Amino acid sequence: MTPSVTLRTPDKAPTAVPQQHKKAELTLVSRSTQIKERALSLLFFLCAIVAVLGVVLIFAFVAVRAVPLFKQIGFLNFIAGTKWSVANSQFGVVPFIVGSVVVTAGALAIGAPLAILTALFLSEIAGPRARAVIRPAVELLAGIPSVVYGFFGVTVVAPLVGRMFGGAGFGPLTAWIVLSIMIVPTISMLSEDALDSIPMGIREASFAMGATQWQTIYKVVLPAAKIGIIDATILGMGRAIGETMAVLMIVGNAPQMFAGLTKPIATLTSQIVLGMSYATPGAFQTALFGMAALLFIISMGLVLTVRILSRGKRGTYDA
Amino acid sequence: MALDPVNTGALAPAVVHDMPVYSTPLVAVPEETTFFVRNMEFHYGDFHALTNVSLDIHDDAITALIGPSGCGKSTFLRCLNRMNDLIAGTKVEGSVLFGGADIYGPGVDPVDLRRRVGMIFQQPNPFPQSIYDNVAYGPRLQGIRKKSELDGIVEDSLKRANLWKEVKDILNKNGLAISGGQQQRLCIARVLAVEPDVLLMDEPCSAIDPTSVQKIEDLMAEIKDEVTTIIVTHNMQQAARVSDYTSFFLQEVAGEPAVLVESGKTNDIFTAPLDKRTEDYITGRFG
Amino acid sequence: MRDLFAEDRERLKELGPDAMDKAVRNQRRQARRFRERFANNAALMVLSIAAGITVMALAIIILYVLINGAPAIASHFPSFIFTWPHGVNAAGGIWPTIVSTIYVTALAMLIATPIAVLAAVYLAEYAKQGRIVTIIRFAADSLASVPSIVMGLFGLAFFIEAFHIPMSMLSAALALSLLMLPIIMRATEEAIRAVPRYIRWGSYGMGATKWQTVRRVVLPWAMPRIITGLVLAMGRAIGETAVVFYTMGMAINMPVTPLDSGRSMAVHLYMLAVDGINLKSAYGTALILMVVILLLNTLAHAIQRRYRKVR
Repeated sequence: MTPSVTLRTPDKAPTAVPQQHKKAELTLVSRSTQIKERALSLLFFLCAIVAVLGVVLIFAFVAVRAVPLFKQIGFLNFIAGTKWSVANSQFGVVPFIVGSVVVTAGALAIGAPLAILTALFLSEIAGPRARAVIRPAVELLAGIPSVVYGFFGVTVVAPLVGRMFGGAGFGPLTAWIVLSIMIVPTISMLSEDALDSIPMGIREASFAMGATQWQTIYKVVLPAAKIGIIDATILGMGRAIGETMAVLMIVGNAPQMFAGLTKPIATLTSQIVLGMSYATPGAFQTALFGMAALLFIISMGLVLTVRILSRGKRGTYDA
Repeated sequence: MALDPVNTGALAPAVVHDMPVYSTPLVAVPEETTFFVRNMEFHYGDFHALTNVSLDIHDDAITALIGPSGCGKSTFLRCLNRMNDLIAGTKVEGSVLFGGADIYGPGVDPVDLRRRVGMIFQQPNPFPQSIYDNVAYGPRLQGIRKKSELDGIVEDSLKRANLWKEVKDILNKNGLAISGGQQQRLCIARVLAVEPDVLLMDEPCSAIDPTSVQKIEDLMAEIKDEVTTIIVTHNMQQAARVSDYTSFFLQEVAGEPAVLVESGKTNDIFTAPLDKRTEDYITGRFG
Repeated sequence: MRDLFAEDRERLKELGPDAMDKAVRNQRRQARRFRERFANNAALMVLSIAAGITVMALAIIILYVLINGAPAIASHFPSFIFTWPHGVNAAGGIWPTIVSTIYVTALAMLIATPIAVLAAVYLAEYAKQGRIVTIIRFAADSLASVPSIVMGLFGLAFFIEAFHIPMSMLSAALALSLLMLPIIMRATEEAIRAVPRYIRWGSYGMGATKWQTVRRVVLPWAMPRIITGLVLAMGRAIGETAVVFYTMGMAINMPVTPLDSGRSMAVHLYMLAVDGINLKSAYGTALILMVVILLLNTLAHAIQRRYRKVR
């Protein structure tokens, strides 16, 4: 922050001029102040590093636990194996990856449009009174513990789905319904931020040319907020993939390939919880840690995608 | 323009700008000069904002800096207590001497400098605390804890800022809950409480009501003997009313650095400007 | 058959071919206006319906939990809150789980708050924008998106297996604080960045050091928004299940020291809901959890509103 001052040291030192002034000389930065400010800034830096340390440790401690498995059965048999059978020491995670993908994709297909439309309503149409009701509602949806969502899924959605489509109602369809509601607040709140950061001026310019409200939204606002909304959707996706308790409670937890919307399946997250409750140290447990490491990499990858996407955005509007 | 290599104590070589050092005679800083600025250049990143500013600011007088907006007068003011340090990418060249010492010299503590060269901003900026705590902020920073002593400083500062009568019964009220003009005087009291040698005022009256403007002009005259004041104003009448000296800044071509066109006794500047551009500005032909 | 428009056509003929054209164009334009207006109204309707569905989803969940939970609590009030569960069906109250939840949340807050706030101070006030800041931000974002099951397994592997802390309030609080860290950090950083520049200048302009300015002016000014962040992070910790499950265990226990184990309300709800043996208690627990979250959100809003009035 200190501006640089051009110092041109002459070949010989300049002749001293006697101090004629009544005022004292300027104080130099005292050693103690300097040390104190340095120490404080170091302390703050260390606090900030905790976040980095946390991420590194999480990856290290989760991934390291999975290494023995890769040695035992091979990484390829783990990541591309389609059979999960503890008794036969088969730990292929493809069924769970497929399960996670199916559940996430469905939840996004329902939840993302709902969330983006809600965000558009909040930012473009709603009057102050409607906003005062809907925005806290969305925030509250974000605050409800996932175990409560899961509980709601078990006691309400699953029986309903079961009555309509047969079976017990535990499966991807139930998960879609519950998860789509769970990711609405994530996507909606972040999308609204993106929409709100668009300057009012470009909306007014559109209206001034005779565009209707919808034309303005569709042709001006949405393109301007596109990246922000994509970011929001990706983070919503992260939430859906990583969601544990609710999914665990409603997805049916059968370690088998996806076979239908009402047939029970398992996801990466649900299988970890389920396995951990009876896994003994050994190949089984390391497989579960391997799945956790996989989840971690996926979530990091999503965050990284968002970062890369929004890198170009910076400076256009929030200058 | 004569250049003046001046020592900064025994600590550092002179900070001089782009010049043959020995070809000019040594000039001691005159006795009654608070700020002694020679060949100052100022850059905001790539933008060269001010060039070749040389100016003496006289002790215990009021100096007004005038000029059209964007002419660098506020930037210049902020160089005098190194507020521009807080903006990344700024660069100062040349000599800025305060009481004979180079304020940009190596190792100089800007915090201490700002304690002695206080600043008032365009926007009143009281802290979200009580009026009392606002004024006591500075003394407390310097370690004064005794209630009686603080009471004395607070009362004295508020009196000097022409605000005591209005707030003496509401000292515990939030500093943000009073009117804009009162807030500005509160900020003046807050700065006066640390007893600065110099008061820099960056368009202090542009966002407040006329009654408060009057009160601020009154108090400036009252504290003139103790505090050297430099005021940036876009209001020429105000400059003519309150100041003893006036300096006129101008950016002639957009994108080019601004220059100090002329400075001198206020009366001279306003009645008999030497430079055509000063005359044009004062008679309202541009800006 | 009578030509209804004969008169009009006559008039148009009189006015010449230009007028004909103009009329046609006018008609087209009107049709387009009509289409546009129709599309606009339809689209706005869709948006309103989406917002309606979102609010309705919330209303349904809240009402459902309320309708089923209220009798469970009311029929045993206040013993549902203040007594212990007993028997295989976990009948009776949920008192130890409430205490465990409060205990672990408070402990996690104590650990996470100072670190997160100071980290945010570093990012917002001290750090030079550069690679290190980019890395820290990326780490914080990643930390915020780590799936809770991964965080739970990490807590198990790190605090309990590697550091031999028993499954307890402390180990759960440590894991939870890692979860809360990015939330508080982000809220604090945004709050600090929202402090107007000229307020800082006021402090610097009279000779305050950086730390003095941060401590006495910037942080007090940013405090309401920081507290809002803290409250929301607290809500997140209270509702967290997977992390607590693997670091605190599920023993019903009244914690006294930080090294005591326990069972949080969220874990309790999970156990009851999965077993499906005592749904009444499950509803009651869910309701209390919801009420706590609701209160925390309201509190966060109240703080925000109050501070907007003052500023």
